Amino acid sequence: MALTLHCDIVSAEKEIFSGLVEILIASASEGEVGIRYGHAPFLSSLKPGPVRVRKQNGEEEVFYVSGGYLEVQPHMINVLADTALREGDLDEGAALAAKKLAEETLSHSGQGIDYSKAAGQLAEATAQLRTLRAFRKKHGK
Amino acid sequence: MASGKEIRTKIGSIKNTQKITGAMEMVAASKMRRAQQRMQVGKPYAERIRAMVGHIAAGNPEYKHEFLQDREVKRVGYIVISTDRGLCGGLNVNAFKAVMLHSKAWAEQDIPVDLCLIGAKGASFFKSVGGNVVASTRDIGERPLVTDIIGSVKVMLDGFSNGTIDRLFLVGNEFVNTMTQAPTVRQLLPLVSDDDEKLNKHAWDYLYEPDSNSLLNGLMVRYIESQVYQAVVENVACEQAARMVAMKSATDNAGEMIDDLQMAYNKARQASITQELSEIVSGAAAV
Repeated sequence: MALTLHCDIVSAEKEIFSGLVEILIASASEGEVGIRYGHAPFLSSLKPGPVRVRKQNGEEEVFYVSGGYLEVQPHMINVLADTALREGDLDEGAALAAKKLAEETLSHSGQGIDYSKAAGQLAEATAQLRTLRAFRKKHGK
Repeated sequence: MASGKEIRTKIGSIKNTQKITGAMEMVAASKMRRAQQRMQVGKPYAERIRAMVGHIAAGNPEYKHEFLQDREVKRVGYIVISTDRGLCGGLNVNAFKAVMLHSKAWAEQDIPVDLCLIGAKGASFFKSVGGNVVASTRDIGERPLVTDIIGSVKVMLDGFSNGTIDRLFLVGNEFVNTMTQAPTVRQLLPLVSDDDEKLNKHAWDYLYEPDSNSLLNGLMVRYIESQVYQAVVENVACEQAARMVAMKSATDNAGEMIDDLQMAYNKARQASITQELSEIVSGAAAV
């Protein structure tokens, strides 16, 4: 059995996950990272996207975070998310609509729109969809 | 002894007061439940970020953030959280006492104290006592927003950054349970390191992504905001709990007072009947 480490995922609103995990995979600011027991101390900001954890019994859970911070110590992981959702709470329809809206806003980029805001919205919607896809794959749907 | 009518009006007015305090107690009880919920919701995040920053302070980062640097103390700052309204027992007074006691030690060393006040009661207290108030926020309401408090907190953070103050404390009430609220003084800046024995005792540092500078800057600001915000939310829960208890004891006291007065009223009534009777009897005997 693989060594496990303690992992806490909290958002500003509530505690999302707390328990032992074998591995955690998250999208850090410079790319995807996978963390196992004994990882060197690591501090990073998170991009909007899925955070996957594999628990002791091999069961996987996927969460969506909209950004935040990740702290790693050899024996533990802290994820401070701005907002975090269990993938069951994600709404695909809403995410698709948000993505479309953001894309439209960007393509009609004339004057008077907040480019960075629209780009942020697009990134978030895409990340939500990515999380949903990861969830689907896991369940073979 | 007061006459029967006088006592009756007194009982009536106390009953009215009792009704008001009883209603206030119930209002405070329901508000407390909601405030407590809000407090609990934000607690995990505030605790985790505190632990995380504690780890950072315990490490040997390549880039020493200014919030981590312990300087010689020439001036200190306090963020004092109080309520907007009164009638909540000794809640505010206890917190102010804690501030006075804590800052006395600085006064003895001739170190001036700057105050940042959140809540109307703090503003009026330190106006009468005197104190160097540099920032003040009031009317935060029962559902405080981060944006409400950020302005005055930023004044203190800027003060720390440009060297006006060398230490920053946060004073507020801690919600122990419904009956007990304890005033606490906590050092906010410079950050206190966490003595987690599980952490490596050797000089270690994080791997940073993207770079330590921008990462720590963002994290520190978020840390301070979350700590102050959580303290404000907790203080609101304390306020409602303290008010509930204060109003409950006021209602009980009014009940006791009514009982005493009722007894006095009955005695006065009986005495007057007895007197009347004996007058009639003695009048009849005379005839």
